Amino acid sequence: MAKASDLAIDVKGLTKSFDGRVVVRDLSMQVKRGSIYGFLGPNGSGKTTTIRLLCGLLTPDSGEGTCLGYDIRTQAGEIKNHVGYMTQRFSLYQDLSVRENLEFVARIYGLDAPVRSARGMIERLGLQGREEQLAAQLSGGWKQRLALGACTLPSPQLLLLDEPTAGVDPKARREFWNEIHALANEGLTVLVSTHYMDEAERCHEIAYIAYGELLTHGTVEQVVDQSRLVTYNVSGEDLHTLLQQLDGKSGIDMVAPFGASLHVSGRDEKKLEAAIKPYRGDRRFVWTRSEPSLEDVFIELMNRSKDNFQ
Amino acid sequence: MSLLDKIRSPGFWRRVRAMLVKEFIQLRRDRVSFAMIVMIPVMQLVLFGYAINTTPRNLPTAVLLQETSDVGRTILAAIERTGYFRITHRLTSTEEFDRVLASGQVLFAIEIPAGFERALRRGERPALLVAADATDPVASGTALGALNRVAQLALINERMLPDQSEPLFEFRQHARYNPAGVSSLNIVPGLVGTILTMTMLIFTALSVTREVERGTLESLLSMPISPLEIMIGKIIPYIIVGFVQASLIIGFGVLLFGVPILGSLLLLALLSTLFIATNLSIGYSFSTVAENQLQAIQMTFMFFLPNLLLSGFMFPFAGMPAWARWIGEALPLTHYLRIVRSIMLKGASFSDLQYDVFVLFVLMLVAMTIAVTRFRRTLD
Repeated sequence: MAKASDLAIDVKGLTKSFDGRVVVRDLSMQVKRGSIYGFLGPNGSGKTTTIRLLCGLLTPDSGEGTCLGYDIRTQAGEIKNHVGYMTQRFSLYQDLSVRENLEFVARIYGLDAPVRSARGMIERLGLQGREEQLAAQLSGGWKQRLALGACTLPSPQLLLLDEPTAGVDPKARREFWNEIHALANEGLTVLVSTHYMDEAERCHEIAYIAYGELLTHGTVEQVVDQSRLVTYNVSGEDLHTLLQQLDGKSGIDMVAPFGASLHVSGRDEKKLEAAIKPYRGDRRFVWTRSEPSLEDVFIELMNRSKDNFQ
Repeated sequence: MSLLDKIRSPGFWRRVRAMLVKEFIQLRRDRVSFAMIVMIPVMQLVLFGYAINTTPRNLPTAVLLQETSDVGRTILAAIERTGYFRITHRLTSTEEFDRVLASGQVLFAIEIPAGFERALRRGERPALLVAADATDPVASGTALGALNRVAQLALINERMLPDQSEPLFEFRQHARYNPAGVSSLNIVPGLVGTILTMTMLIFTALSVTREVERGTLESLLSMPISPLEIMIGKIIPYIIVGFVQASLIIGFGVLLFGVPILGSLLLLALLSTLFIATNLSIGYSFSTVAENQLQAIQMTFMFFLPNLLLSGFMFPFAGMPAWARWIGEALPLTHYLRIVRSIMLKGASFSDLQYDVFVLFVLMLVAMTIAVTRFRRTLD
């Protein structure tokens, strides 16, 4: 376990409910300084609530912890000075221009030269020529860049990004992630929530949350290994019939089409082998043992946790 | 941490300024609001300026008895019986006589001079002075008209004085401050207050709810700025807007209706600023309570209506029943109407207006306290 000073986030047993509905349940997590930590989970799993708990926008019902060494319950003011939070929905002023938004942020954080630092950020973001454009008129990708720029302007030590790339085209997404890696190289800690598996694979560590509970965490390899999932890749014709036959069979925990092939997975290797044995002789199909993908692991995790909650 | 410490904390004014600059830019881009700043005063002035009229009763009246006589008492009783007058002050000197009128405590002051009864019995037709505060000609006009005949009849019936074709005594009427009884002289200063109440309330009532609805509050709350800083930064730009509006109405009032400004212009400007800040604070406190912009507008109108009806703008304040006057006392417009009418039409000084200034100040502090405590620091 890492030393406390090496941790940007260190929380234990966070629980938060709204109107009696538990949104985050007994959540503990540790994020090392300087790392990019991916936060994954389906919609409504509690990702946004967790992020808001971390930056002091919500108070936990129970649990405790620190963010950058500051107590999340009592030192929200300090946390706000050193954390940049990028909300899921664009939350800068739509009726302010790019420059005015950045200058506003710079003044609130008390930067020495707000006008100059805003100009510097416009250059860094490549927004020259658009600085007088109203934020409302920017495209989705540029809005995300501007929002990221506004978060990083006060030189925070920790960035909390809540689904920053939702609805952004692949090229803009890639550029966005290059920027995040550049920031992490400068020593920034980044916690980023996402739905995209390819983004998860660009994180140093990931955690998966569903129904308010943190189900697994670690590096991508660790998470895949921990799942103990055995997966077969089936290719051939009439895979749809095969899917219908396999689905729900004991020993098979998940069947899902993946492009032109089918992924058949199970937690217990022996049971899985037994279940698929009758079909392996079928010459229409080609069975190959493969590594489960991150998506297989997550969907299986989600199915399992759903069973626990129903 | 005390309020003073908060204000002195490093960066307080810098953050307030950031907020203020932002609000100004947003206001400039919002053309509808911008048009409202100019259109509402001009429209209302023209529409209301010529339209309002009523007949009030039970108006507060002071009497100065220079002699104690049955005739005097009979006349006073008859005056009260008209229903228009309610004797609230018994005075002992002519200085008091002037003061209660100037400060607006009474609308009428009646003086029965020494030797009145003797002169009456000798048939010398003595004079009785009735001074009226005619800043509100609606309130004073009808009442004065009723005076004459009623009091004469009372003397004939009760004191067995012979009914002569000639009146027994003369009412010397003295309409102070607005001798010609021009309604617009009363309406225009009132409009300053009414228009300011409406526009100021709406501007700030929307300011926080708009940030909630547009999602910008989440960002703002994650930044190191305190509720007090946000409030001050949001109120100051509109104080300037309100000041421009007030100047516009008063300027038009002087130009179009020939309303005088007898008192100090500086005092008027200062106390108008206080009134503007009070309304902005109240509007702002609504926006911290309301859940969306629609609710904020509804609350604004619920507050605006009693201001309009019970402040003395629509109907003379002194003519309202006691319960309505109590509600009126808690409304900022009531106090501002007294201030603005007194300064413009009576040339009142600060010492005449202390009570109303005090109440406005208290109302502002109460609203600000509610706003800062109600403001959500978190999204809980």
